[in-house]
This record gives sequence, structure tokens and C-alpha cells, in this order.
Amino acid sequence: MTNRFRTPSGGRIDRAAPVSFRFDGQTFSGFKGDTLASALIANGVHLVGRSFKYHRPRGFLSAGSDEPNALVNVARDAARSAPNLRATQVEIYQGLKASSQNRWPSLAFDAGAVNDLASPFLPSGFYYKTFMWPAGAWKRFYEPKIRAMAGLGVAPTVPDPDRYTQNYAYCDVLVVGAGPAGLAAALAASENGAKVWLADEQAELGGSLLSETSATIEGMPAAEWLKATLATLAARDNVTLLPRTTAFGYFPHNLIALAERVTEHLAAPGADLPRERLWKLRAKEVVIAAGALERPLVFPDNDRPGVLLADSGRTYLNRYGAKPGERAVVFTACDAGYRAALDLKAGGVTIAAIADLRAEVSGELPARALAAGIDVRPSTVVVGTKGRLRVASAQLAKVKNGQVGPAETIACDVVLMSGGFTPSVHLFSQSRGKLTWDVASGAYLPGTSVERERSAGAARGVYGLQRVLEDGYAQGEAAALASRDFASPARGTTPAPAASSRAFPAVADDLGADGFIGATPHGRNPALAKAFVDWQNDVTSKDIQLATREGMRSIEHVKRYTTTGMATDQGKTSNMNALGIVSEALGESVPKIGLTTFRPPFTPTTFGIFAGEARGDLFDPVRKTAIHDWAAEHGAAFEDVSLWKRAHYFPRAGEGGRMEDMHAAVARECRAVRASVGIFDASTLGKIEVVGPDAAEFMNRIYTNAWAKLEPGRLRYGVMLREDGFVMDDGVVGRLSHDRFHVTTTTGGAPRVLAHMEDYLQTEWPDLDVWLTSTTEQWSVIAVQGPKAREVLRPLLPDIDLSKDAFPHMSVREGSILGVPTRLFSVSFTGELGFEVNVPAEYGRAVWEAIYASGERFGITPYGTETMHVLRAEKGYIIVGQETDGTATPDDVNLGWAVGKAKKDFVGKRSLARAAMSAPDRKQLVGLRTADPKLVLEEGAQIVADPKAPVPVPMLGFVTSSYASAVLGHSIALAVIKGGRARIGQKLSVPMADRVIEVEVVEPVFYDPKGERLNA
Amino acid sequence: MPELASANPLSALATRSRDVAAARLVALGPAARFVFRGREAAIGAAGGAFGVPLPREACRRAEANGRFALWLGPDEWLLIAPGADPAPIFVAIEAATAGLPHSLVDVSARSVGIELAGAQAAFVLNQGNALDLSPEAFPVGACTRTLFHKAEIVLVRHAPDVFHIDVWRSFAPYVWELLEEGRRELA
Repeated sequence: MTNRFRTPSGGRIDRAAPVSFRFDGQTFSGFKGDTLASALIANGVHLVGRSFKYHRPRGFLSAGSDEPNALVNVARDAARSAPNLRATQVEIYQGLKASSQNRWPSLAFDAGAVNDLASPFLPSGFYYKTFMWPAGAWKRFYEPKIRAMAGLGVAPTVPDPDRYTQNYAYCDVLVVGAGPAGLAAALAASENGAKVWLADEQAELGGSLLSETSATIEGMPAAEWLKATLATLAARDNVTLLPRTTAFGYFPHNLIALAERVTEHLAAPGADLPRERLWKLRAKEVVIAAGALERPLVFPDNDRPGVLLADSGRTYLNRYGAKPGERAVVFTACDAGYRAALDLKAGGVTIAAIADLRAEVSGELPARALAAGIDVRPSTVVVGTKGRLRVASAQLAKVKNGQVGPAETIACDVVLMSGGFTPSVHLFSQSRGKLTWDVASGAYLPGTSVERERSAGAARGVYGLQRVLEDGYAQGEAAALASRDFASPARGTTPAPAASSRAFPAVADDLGADGFIGATPHGRNPALAKAFVDWQNDVTSKDIQLATREGMRSIEHVKRYTTTGMATDQGKTSNMNALGIVSEALGESVPKIGLTTFRPPFTPTTFGIFAGEARGDLFDPVRKTAIHDWAAEHGAAFEDVSLWKRAHYFPRAGEGGRMEDMHAAVARECRAVRASVGIFDASTLGKIEVVGPDAAEFMNRIYTNAWAKLEPGRLRYGVMLREDGFVMDDGVVGRLSHDRFHVTTTTGGAPRVLAHMEDYLQTEWPDLDVWLTSTTEQWSVIAVQGPKAREVLRPLLPDIDLSKDAFPHMSVREGSILGVPTRLFSVSFTGELGFEVNVPAEYGRAVWEAIYASGERFGITPYGTETMHVLRAEKGYIIVGQETDGTATPDDVNLGWAVGKAKKDFVGKRSLARAAMSAPDRKQLVGLRTADPKLVLEEGAQIVADPKAPVPVPMLGFVTSSYASAVLGHSIALAVIKGGRARIGQKLSVPMADRVIEVEVVEPVFYDPKGERLNA
Repeated sequence: MPELASANPLSALATRSRDVAAARLVALGPAARFVFRGREAAIGAAGGAFGVPLPREACRRAEANGRFALWLGPDEWLLIAPGADPAPIFVAIEAATAGLPHSLVDVSARSVGIELAGAQAAFVLNQGNALDLSPEAFPVGACTRTLFHKAEIVLVRHAPDVFHIDVWRSFAPYVWELLEEGRRELA
């Protein structure tokens, strides 16, 4: 298609660089520098979407990020498909594929448009009132149907292959918005030595100057001044310019979130570039130069494609060389409509009429319009538009004494409207600053600050090019000076407007301060006239009036009832007009009705940018031991234990080459440890080195056990309680010398235990000369367990006497293994003769391999955490977190022996003295045997005395651990049961969904109850 | 010294690594490392025996003869001696501080060292580290225990464009791969 609506010259597009793209399957051409919106308008396309609720045909309303209608899908491929992009922000590139949304079967004929005819039955609050019965139907029926009908856009179903990165950054002054105020602020701040960041959401920096064709600044045409200023800023080392970067969130202490679109505009982005980058910028001072948004007028049929904001129409023409139509009707409440009309007329667009809401029309711009022969009609409103899929005419009527006269139809293909400008106070409001109502300009302006920020230019209601430039310069200078004194407290008052130290003589149209909020009169049957307030949420003036009739008084309630200003709009186009309508309906002034909260993000932000690099294998650290790769090479299946990967079991090929399942592998591994020897990677155990003259005293206070008499070279099993007396962690502790303990903790408990110890040391006992150092990662721990363990290790440890007498159970020796320093523990978590070889982790795998080789003559068997669990359960050894749940005392889990009765104090001692802590009906650790030896109970299953007892059946306890024991030939289980120790020998029941299982309460030690094998 | 070879969890990743001049990434070799903590009386003696006076200014490192002492807290230092055998250093410091309240723990194998160097090194670090790494805020000689993404690291600036990262062994591949991600766009 041709660019029928393209001007022969002018604009900022690169006419030497044509770009072809597709929209809804049709190929169009535009130029480099076009947005999707400007390129479609140049091709005469205005119909680009269907509305959310009524499926009404919609066109472009604006030319910027405030666009509520033209939401499109842009897809590079199935995975790179992004819904709900604003066509006004999408830069076209060669081959771009875009499509409209929310229509079926096609944009021009949409079945959902039946909703528009049914609209008298779909008022605001319809959902709340209609879909209430029958109960439950909302979830099953109504909500899915409504979502399917009303949804905007479709999310891709395949993973996003693109990269998104995040960067922390710091600057002295962040300037948000690179229009005239922001540029001047950046100039001033950078001239005062500040490190300045200047961010703007658009592809080009310049803001309103990009649409200027006649204004001059410092004697230069605006475009030239802009070019020179950007060159000046770019040349300064202390300035960072960020186009395509939206400041979307203002967080406490001047943390500003900036979304930079890095590759979105490129036809062939490199694979190494991030698609978007999140800047987490900490700015000492912020200058908000976000400008102002033009307000639409609320009149019937103001949503027909071809009806757009006046200044946006001017932007399409001046910046992109795209005429919004051939013949325009302008409806305005301020001088902005005249400026647009004059520019469009100069660009070759016929101005059929200007309907001015104001009774008195005076000033320079109206005078120029009259002089140009434009039909200017004061006290005139547009009461409707006609045309299928595109405006074809507007109905104009005079308003006299509040009465709307007869309508006159004027043919046109575009209607430009302007209700004045609303300062963009979104970021200021996000910073929790308080807005104040300014009667003179009829707008909310930034009032009391909370953060270290200031607004500049139109964002704080300052208009007129020269005044805006000078205000920007003054605010930038003040920000730079304030940033030097960062120690000063955050400001609580509005800064006095500083006088600019630099003049910016500028010549530009003065738009004055007129404007209108609310709905314009139309005199039509209100039931049949739809005058839109919020285009995106399909909210009309009568929806808002209905809300007030139903009793809503606060704008917050009106917003929730009607959904006006919600979602991505965040009040950009709709807020002030909604307020005006409520104000009129209730007869209350605008500030009495309040203002809704502006929430981040300022414009929609992708999920990808929030996820950043934290996805897939890099979502969290994956911790692997030094022996991990050996286990992987030997076929281990792994399980996650906190952030660690631990070998779960080592399946082998069995009969016929079939791999063992977990049950078979664990049975084989268990038998091997009991019969000969097994090897186990225990490196993930937490380790803390407690060192200092007061080390033993500290251990005494932290653990329940007594440590003073533990000799160097000996180990002890230690139990640690919380202040409330319940078991927190356990582990074996070795005393290496009088002032050095090697403490081990559970794998998952390591950080918690260290923090617990440090907490006491720093807050309760700072006088103790003892220090804690985490050594979890210093040591690889290789457990060698089984009757042959000593014989496996003996050849590797010539300098340590491993004999039973020289190195008894629960001892520690320091020496070396293959030249590597080692701390050798004689310790067992299996009930067999056992050793744990601690070596520096860098040698962990090499030592493991040497031990494995030495054990091959005994068929040494690597085993995983599952076998470890079974072996310890056979011995009745608890696992903290499995047999305990934060409410178990040491005595509850048969560890009463580990509590030093003679000790003066230890953490948790006082709590243990409470009567309830030794009540006879506390849940106590016992064993369970099932009548059927093959039946393995479910962990967590409840235990009752009489399953036939009336509901609720009294519950006695529950199963904590349950396994099939290959060595014993029957299943085993551990359980905590009320008064359990007194019930040993009793028969109890475990009721399951399909049957009741009978169990016998037994001692919790199933294997080698006398412990003879430990000391073999 | 042991007859077995010291293994580095980054060796496979380092072999696959691309050279990016703006942010070069190097997996450093073994080093003797100690955590020294103690009361005032022991501090001078420990520094003397290690050969590097322990810095008393917060978040600064001292260097002498290729060895480093990093201030991590008012009574806590990380001592690093690249390429050295930890055993004799441990003995020397213990001898010098005998009877003085302190704790010396050998953590040579607990962590591994990574060097990140180049004009864009700070930019790459700031993808996962929230500190202001400008030369004014984090000058040459600064060191701190901090975070890189979700992993704890010790970060040192040895030269304007040269950073040293000390990271616990099992977190090292995570840190390395995120550094690789961070410098991808600079290739």
C-alpha cells in the first residue's frame, strides 16, 4: 500500500530508509523513525483494535505511552510474541509482524461486538450483581467465560528465549523525561558537576520539541537547538543518556526502576544483547520532568476510530509526516485545539470547523485561526459522531444557557479533541509525595515531598516553552547542589521555585491555561449515548454517574466499581474527567472527592525484566560437593537438600541389564554396609570451628551436653535447643585441643546454627573470648562405614593407629592421608564400625577415589542419602526435622541422656523445667512394627487406639520415618506417640483411606540394640 | 605439600570461557587462606607473622609481598597468600599469637578466587551486586563481604579495573556463570 497520508516532506522520519512491515497479515511500508501507529496512519489505517468489554472498533487516541486503544501483538516468532504493546510506542523495523487483538473472526467483523448492542444490560457493577448465583458458578462458569470474552491479548505458551538483565547503578541526579524541562535540568545539573542520568521512554530524546516546527530557542529552530543540546550532553563525561528507557517505579530512598528496551527496535538483534535491561538506580536527587498529558473530551461516540487527541494529531503530522486525515473537525476547550488546527491546515488537512466549548474565544491562536479562514464556533459541542469503523461525520450543536441546541452534521474523517493538559504526577505520587489541588490551573500538582525529588516544567504545571526551559534549568541546578549535601535530612516541604540562573529566550505558541474536566453536554437520550471516560476499560460517563447514584462518594470507590483508571491506564487519560463527572454529580468540589493512588508501573513492564538472569539453572545457586561429579559418573540419582544436590542412591544395572529402582538399589546398598563396607559423601554437613580460650565455656552454654571434661581427641554427640527448650539441631562435635572444637550440624541447619551461635555471642556473651568460623566448605567428608571400614583405611593412613584401643569409637585424630591433611573421626550414623575422613575440599575427590580403590577388594559400595536414612532408622537415630518438628524436647526423642543435669545453665534449660515439658502424655519416640512385614507405613500417617471410636477419633501421634529394611527382612517405622514409651508392646491402629493397619509399638532400636557392632 | 592435585570447581567452566577484553574472567589458582579473629592484643602479632599488617580501616585490604589481609569486621580479617602452603603459615601465626585471645582457622579450600578485569568489570559486577562501585565509593584497596546475585562473596578492588572475588567453593560455578552472562553483551 502507498503512504497516501504521508506529507511530501518534513518530519523526523528517514525518508531514505523505507521499511516494510505487516499488520494483520497485510504488508505496509513506512520509514525508519516511524512508530507502528504513525506508519499505519500514513497508510490511512485507523481501525486497530476492539474494545475490552463492548468490542467497539477502536483507533488511535494518542501518539504516546498514554495510548489506551491501540494495543497490538508483535511477534518475531512463536516464543517471541508480546501482547498488549502500544502501537504508538512500537518502532517499526524491516519485517515487523503485528496484529490486532480482542477480535474474532476479524478486526472489521467481530462477533463480540454484539456486546455493544447488549450494553444496556451490561452496566457497571453488572458482574457483581448478576453472577452471584448459584453459589460456586462464579469459579466454574462465569469467570472463565467472562475472561475468555474480555481478555486482552494472548500470552505466548513457549518459554521466552531472550535474555533480560538487571543492573544496579548510582548517580547524583536522575532526570526523568527529556523534553525541554528535562534537557535544561540535565544541562544545569551536569554543569554543576553532578553525575547525571537522563532517561526518556521514547526512541528519541526531545519530548514535545520533537513535534515543534515553528518554535525557536536561543534564536535557533527548536529542532536545531535540540540537536545541539543533545550533542552537548552526550559530550559530557558525567552525563548518561538513556532513550527507550521508562522510569516505571519510584521506590523508597530514591531507588528508581528504569526499564530500558535494548533490542526491541532492531530487525535482527544479536543473541548476546539483552532484550531489556532493568536499571535499579539509586539517585541522590531526582528531577521529574515527565511533562503533561493531553486530556480527551468526554462526548458521545468519542471512541470512533479517527477521533484522537489534538496534540497527538499534530505530532503525527509534524514529527512523522503522517496526516491523521483529510478533513478534520476540532473540538476543544483550550488553545491547543487551535494550534493543532493551524499546523494541520498548513500540512494540507482541511479544517471543517473548530467547535470551542468556551463562550469567549480570544487570544493569539484563535485570532490566527480566524485569519486563516477557519470556521470557528464558540459555545459549541460535539454531540456525536457517525461512521462505520471510521469517523465519517461529527454532529455539532450550540450550547445556550446550558441547553444544547439542534445538531448540525459536518462531514470529516478525523476529529481532534483537546480538554487541556494534566501534569503527569505519576512518579511523584509513587514517591508518596502529597498532591495539592491548584484552583487556578484546575489540576493536581506536586505538593509536599517525601523523597529527595523535585518536579520541573509541565509536570508541575509550568507551561510556556521559555518558562519550562528556565524552570527545568533552575530545578536541575538545585538538584545538583542538593546532591552534594547528601547528609541533609529528606525534605518534607515543597521546595521554593528557584529562579533560573540562565535565560532561555524562546518564541513559541502560548496555549494559556484553559481546560475542561468532566463530560460535555450533549442533550441526547443518556441511555443511548456512550461518552467514554476510560477507553481501555470501556467506562462511560453514565457508568460513573451510575456509581454515584448507587452511593459511591469517594473516587476510590467509584474507581473500583467502574474500573475507571485501572490497569495499564493508571489514570493517564481518564482520571481527571472521572473526577469532574463525580464532582458535578455530587455537587462537591474536586479536591473533596479525592484522587486515586498512582501505582507502579507507569506503563506495563515485562515479566522477563523482573526475572532477569534468575531463571533455569541460575534461579538459585546449585551447590555441589567436590565428589558430586564422581557420583554423577557412577550413575547416582540426586535429590535436593536445601540448595545442595546430594546423591540419593546409586542404581546399577541388574538382571537382564535393567536398571535397579530406588527400592532395589537401597536394599543392596544397605546390605553391603552391614555385611562389608560402604562409602558415603557427607560433605554437606554443616561445620563450624569454635576457637578461643573460652571455647569450652561457650559450648557448655549453647549445647545441652557437658563439654568441660571432654578430652582433646574425643568426639561427642551434641544437642542444641532453642530458648523455648525444643530441639533445634544436633551433630557430632570433636575437641581438637583445649581451645578448638570442630562442630558439625545438619546439612539444612548450618546457616541457622551459625546465626544462632553468633547471636548469643554478640548480644549475650560479648565477654567470651571465642570466635566462630564456618568451615562447611573447607572440608570434604567421606564416611566409610561397615565391618571392613578399618581395613579399607589402614593402608592409606600409615601415621594414624586405627586399632580399637588406640582409636576407639567417638575419637578424632589429625594426620595426613596421601599427604593431604585430615581430621579423622571414628563415628557412625549407621550402627556399624565407621569413620569419617575430613580432607580439604580441593582434595575431596582424589581422596575419595583412593579410598574407593582401597575398598574394591571388599566390594566397597557407594551409597546415597536414602540408604543413610534407612540405616540410621534401623538404629533408632533421629533426624532433626524428621523425628522433631520444633515441639520435641530432648527427652521426647530419647535424648534425655544428652542433657547435662549438673550444668548451671544452657540455652533452653529454664524452659525444660516447665511442668508441661515433662508431662507423661507428651509425644515420645517409639518404633512401630506392622503385622504384615512387607507393608511399609506412610510417613505422616496418624496413629489411633480405636479406629471405630466416634469422630473425631482421638489421635495419639503419627509416623515420622518408615522404610522397608532389607537387612531385617521386614518394614520398620519410627513414630511419636502420646506416652509412647509406656505403650511399648501395645497394639495400635493406623487408619488409611482404604483400610486400617494394625501396628505394634516397639523399642525404636531395631538393629543391634546393644551397640556391639559400633565398637567392633 | 600433598602429592594429590588440587581440584578447582571452575576448571571446566574456565576452559570453555571466551576472552572478552572489556571484562576478562580468570579462575585463580590455589591459595592459603585463613580467617583471623581476635582481641586487640593479638592483632599486631598476627599481622607481623603473616607478613602483612592487618588493616584497621573498615573495608580496606593491605598487601605485602603478594599476600593480602582483608578487613571484614572490627575483629575479623581474611588472610590470603596465593600459591602458598597453609601449614607453615598457620604454625607461624599461632606461634606469634600464643597466649593472646584469638582464633585462627585454615579456610584455604573453603573458597576459590576469581579475577574480573577490564574497563567494564564494574558494569558486569553491578548486574548482581548492589554496591556503588564507582572509584569514589569503592576505591582501589576497598574490600567487603557482599552479595553477587544470591551468593555471598568477598569483593576486593586491586586496581581501577581489576576486581578479585573470593567465593565459597560450591557457589563458585553459580557466580562464574552469572559473570559470564553479565559480560556476554560485551563480547
